[in-house]
Amino acid sequence: MEKLLEIKDLWVEVEGKEVLKGINLTLPIGQTHIIFGRNGSGKTSLLMTIMGFPTYKIKHGKIYFKSEDITDLPPYERAKRGIGIMFQRPPTLKGVKLRDILKLCAKENKVKIEELAQTFQFENFLDREVNKGFSGGELKKSELLQLLIQDPELVLLDEPESGVDVENIQLIGNMIKRLLQKDIPHKPRNKSGLIITHTGFILQYVAADLGYVIMDGEIYCQGNPVEIFEGIQKYGYEECKKCLKRIKF
Amino acid sequence: MEEKTVELKEFKSAKDAPKPKDLAELDKEEKERLKLLGLDEELKREGEYVQIDAAPLLCRKKVEGLEILPITSALKNYQWIGDYYWKAVSPEKDQFTKAVAEDLDNGYFIRILPNYKLVYPVQTCLYIRTENIAQKVHNIVIVEEGAELNLITSCSVHPHIGSALHIGISEFYVKKGGKLTFTMLHMWGEKTSVRPRTGIIVEEGGTYVSTYVSLFPVKNIQTAPVCRLIGKEAKASFISIIVNHPGSYVDIGGEVHLEAENSRTEIISRNVVYGGENIARGKIIAKASKVKGHLECQGLMLSDEGIMRAIPELDSYFYDVELTHEAAVGKIAQEEVEYLMARGLSEDEAISLIVKGFLTIKIEGIPPALQSQIDKTLELAKLGF
Repeated sequence: MEKLLEIKDLWVEVEGKEVLKGINLTLPIGQTHIIFGRNGSGKTSLLMTIMGFPTYKIKHGKIYFKSEDITDLPPYERAKRGIGIMFQRPPTLKGVKLRDILKLCAKENKVKIEELAQTFQFENFLDREVNKGFSGGELKKSELLQLLIQDPELVLLDEPESGVDVENIQLIGNMIKRLLQKDIPHKPRNKSGLIITHTGFILQYVAADLGYVIMDGEIYCQGNPVEIFEGIQKYGYEECKKCLKRIKF
Repeated sequence: MEEKTVELKEFKSAKDAPKPKDLAELDKEEKERLKLLGLDEELKREGEYVQIDAAPLLCRKKVEGLEILPITSALKNYQWIGDYYWKAVSPEKDQFTKAVAEDLDNGYFIRILPNYKLVYPVQTCLYIRTENIAQKVHNIVIVEEGAELNLITSCSVHPHIGSALHIGISEFYVKKGGKLTFTMLHMWGEKTSVRPRTGIIVEEGGTYVSTYVSLFPVKNIQTAPVCRLIGKEAKASFISIIVNHPGSYVDIGGEVHLEAENSRTEIISRNVVYGGENIARGKIIAKASKVKGHLECQGLMLSDEGIMRAIPELDSYFYDVELTHEAAVGKIAQEEVEYLMARGLSEDEAISLIVKGFLTIKIEGIPPALQSQIDKTLELAKLGF
C-alpha cells in the first residue's frame, strides 16, 4: 500500500525534556490509525510534531509525507501539502470571525461555507469571534468545520470527543466520518487519519485500521484498535504495559 | 527618536497656498488616497465639505434639515454663532488654539435642525496639498434637539509633500435627545504634525460617539478631546484604533466630565505598536451621582523598538458612582500565530490577521456604512510586516 506518512526514529524535545523517544510509524493512504495513551504519554506531542510546531524540537529522525522529507518545513507548508490538525484547546482570536478563517481555509477550494455550516447546524457561529465563549462541543464543531473546508489528505485529531455533551457526540462523530471519507467504500478513499482518543468513542463512528499505545514517548504496540481499547478498559495501562512490552518493536 | 514638539513659526500660512479650481485638479494618486478614507462618489452622502489647504472647494447638502457652510461664512451670517464659537474650547488653551484664534484659515459649520435624522453620513475632508504649511481650521457642529447626524471626516496630506501642520479646533454641541456619531479616518504623512483641539457638550439624553482611526505613519499627533455631559442620561463613547509606526509619536487622550445624574461614558483604545511612541490616555471625572464610566486600553507590541504607555485616570467627587478601568499591553500569543499557520497561513499572514482582528471593534451605535468603511480601511492598511 502506498505510504502517506512515514516517521522514522523520531526523537523530540520540549523545553529540554524528551517527549518522543524513537517513534516509528507508517500510515498508508486511506487508512485511519488510533493512538491510545495516558495523559502526558506523548500523544499530543506526536501530532504537534507532525504538524511542525516549533516548540517541538526534533533532535533526531525524519518525517516523510507523500515521500517528501517535511522534517524541517514550517506548519503552513505542511498545511499546504495536505496536513490538517484539530486542536484540543484552540485559542480565541480576538476580532477574527469563524467565517474569516473558513475563507482562508478554503483557499481555491470552491466550498459553500454557509451550506456546509448549515449541514452541521453551525451557521449561527459563522460571524462570531472564533472560539470565544464556545462550549466544548462548539469548539469541536468549529475545528471540524475548518478541517472539512481545508480538506486535508491527512487529518490529525486530538481527542475529538473531549468536552462534548451527549447530544452533540453523534454529530461530531458524523463530521469525522465525512472528513475521513468513511461514508464511501474503502477503495477510492484517499483521506487518512491519526486520532488520539481517551474514551474510544470514535471507534463507533470510524472503522479504524490500526491502533497504537504510546507510553513515555514510545510506541509500545500496534494492533486491532478495538481489541487494544478493550484491553485498556479491562486491565488499565499498567497491565497493558506489562503485557505488550514484550512485543515492543 | 520621535519628534514630539512643533515649532509654529517654521510653517507658512495656508492662505498663501495655490488654490485648485475644483476637485478634478487632484491627481489620480491623491484621489485614490481620499477615496480610501471615504471620499468616494459611489458612497451615499447627505452632504459634503472639502477644504484644500485654506480654501473650501466643495460645500453642498442634499437634504432638508441640514446646514453646511464654511465656518467663515457662518461667522458672517449667524449672529448667534457667538453662543458656540470658542465656548467648548478656550482660545487660551495653548499656542495652537491661540494660533487659530488669531489667524483662522477656515473649517466647517454643520447644523442639523431639530428632529431631523439623517440616514446617510455627512462627509468632510480637510486636505493639505502644499508643502510646509500650517492648516488652521475651526469646526462647529450643532445637533439640535432630537436630531441625529453621522459625520465622517477624512483628513490627509498630499502623498508626496514633506512637512505640514494641521491644527483643528472642533466644537460639538449635542442638544437634548440628539445623537452625533463622529468618525475620523486619517491618513497623515511621515512628516505631518497634527494638533486637534476638541470640546464636546452633550445635553440631557444626548449621545456622542467618537471613533478615531489612524493606521498610517504620522510624525506626531497630540490630542485630548474634552467632553462634558451636562444633562441627565447623556452618553459619550470614545474609541481609538491606532497603529503606531516607527518614528511616529501618537499621544491620544480623552477626558469626560460626568456632570449630570445617570450620565455615562466609555473610553476604549486599541493600539498596535510597530515602533515609535504611543500614549493612550483616558480620564473620567465623576461630578454627579449615579454616573458610570469605563476606560479600556489594550496595546499589542510587535517590536522592541516601540514604546507604549497606557495612562488611565479616574476621579470621583461622589460615592455612588461606578468608574472602572482595565489595561493590557503585551505581544501576540505564539499559539494564536501557530493556530493560523496550521490552517495554511504564513507567519506574516497570521500576524496580519491577528492584528486586524485586534483592531476590529464592534462599535455600538455606529451606522453599518461607517463600520464597513472602517473595516475596509483596516483591510487596505496592509497590517503586518
